[in-house]
Amino acid sequence: MIEIDIIKTLKSPESKLILNLKMEVKKGQFITLYGDSGAGKTSTLRIISGLIKADSGTIKVNKETLFNSLNKINVSPQKRNIAYLFQDYALFPNMTVKQNLEYALTKKQSTVVLEELIEMMEISEFLNRKPDTLSGGQKQRVALARALVPLPEILLLDEPLSALDNKMRIKLQDFILNLHKKYNLTTIMVSHDVGEIIKLSDRVYQLKNGEINKQGSPAEFFGMSNSSAKFRFTGEILSIYNDNIISIITVLIGKDVVKVVSDKMEAIDFRVGDKVFVASKAFNPYIQKITPF
Amino acid sequence: MIDWATLILTFKLAFITTFSLLFLGIPIAYALAFTKSRFKPIIETLVSMPLVLPPTVLGFYFLIAFSPSNTFGQWLNEWFGLNLVFTFTGLVVASIIYSLPFMVQPLQSGFSALSPTLSEASYTMGKSKLSTLRHVLLPNIKPAILTGIVLSFAHTIGEFGVVLMIGGNMPNQTKVASIAVYEEVEALNYSAANAYSFILFSITFTILLTVYLVNGGYLKRFIQ
Repeated sequence: MIEIDIIKTLKSPESKLILNLKMEVKKGQFITLYGDSGAGKTSTLRIISGLIKADSGTIKVNKETLFNSLNKINVSPQKRNIAYLFQDYALFPNMTVKQNLEYALTKKQSTVVLEELIEMMEISEFLNRKPDTLSGGQKQRVALARALVPLPEILLLDEPLSALDNKMRIKLQDFILNLHKKYNLTTIMVSHDVGEIIKLSDRVYQLKNGEINKQGSPAEFFGMSNSSAKFRFTGEILSIYNDNIISIITVLIGKDVVKVVSDKMEAIDFRVGDKVFVASKAFNPYIQKITPF
Repeated sequence: MIDWATLILTFKLAFITTFSLLFLGIPIAYALAFTKSRFKPIIETLVSMPLVLPPTVLGFYFLIAFSPSNTFGQWLNEWFGLNLVFTFTGLVVASIIYSLPFMVQPLQSGFSALSPTLSEASYTMGKSKLSTLRHVLLPNIKPAILTGIVLSFAHTIGEFGVVLMIGGNMPNQTKVASIAVYEEVEALNYSAANAYSFILFSITFTILLTVYLVNGGYLKRFIQ
């Protein structure tokens, strides 16, 4: 359980923002911080990890105080046992993939966890290569594996998949979810991707001007619970084809491309790239087991 | 014709100065690159002063400060038995200060150019600042370290004003090549002056060329 109650004034050359946060994250939960850029999401992760210090307040993890401004307690990032996955991966360019992983081992730690993570993240093929020679998705897998080598309790993900193409994103989402479950992590992610948030997280917090102004389960948060639809998927509009009276909208749902017919007037606000729900209620779907020919 | 002892002394001075500067320069550059202190500009200014100050001014103040007839010089002499005026040790101390910016500035810009997430990632893995410096930061600024070493070395070989003021011109003690050139010219002994000059010219050219080849990646292209 993470209990956060802090105030921090963030100054940048353009603006000043007062981050005033109160939140509790239960052990094993996967939560997402959502909101416009500059709302204080990344700073929140940095404060939790100890990379920056809050002005006042307390941070507790499992009743252990990591930060308390009154008692002048501020546990260093080295001793917090919190893993942080940086947006730019932060792999050490002077070391090979294997050396990057080995560097993260704590003293006297057995190398069993290395082998397990190497297998899970499917990185055994490029263990002896330097990070510069890897693709974005490969780098992110190495960075994820490295972050988990010291066996942290908490994993902080700062827009982990924003630089990757869609296919790689979906693959890595599964990786992240597996790791979260297998290592019994409490995970806090910063993300803008609605599909990703719905797929991964248990709870969403929206930050606006340094404060949490909305929270809920992903379904509540994105208003999906308003409809009683039986089938509901989220996807992204790939193209819109306008016919005489109807629009044919091509939507990417997961890995599948589907075409949805819509009333032309309804589709007037849709743009390519929009995130949409595709839902249906008044029909009986046909279901059949997939058998090889 | 030329006195080899002079050349050996010159390189001995350059080696000792560069070696000491490496150990002194790393902590100073690290502190300057990562500090948020208000005093940073003052320290940076002090470190960079030898770049713009006439070497004779620097040498003059060293001479005054280290002179055994003054409080500081007297204290050095009584407590450490050090006499820094007209001695090789004095020359080393003066050279270290005189070449300090040539070591600190490349290292500092090397540190500053690294993404801060590298050290942050290392900290969140439980690694200390010292361990991070050794295993992550320094190996990733190798070109800057090489530049610092070479510039300090070449600059020490080339110094003249400071050496003249604090070292005098004592054979086997403080007579370095750049001063020997001056002395030979004064004596109208041009061929000896040329010999010294040519050796200094060739060596500095070779050193600098090596740096540009290594840092520019030209050598790698040929080897692979």
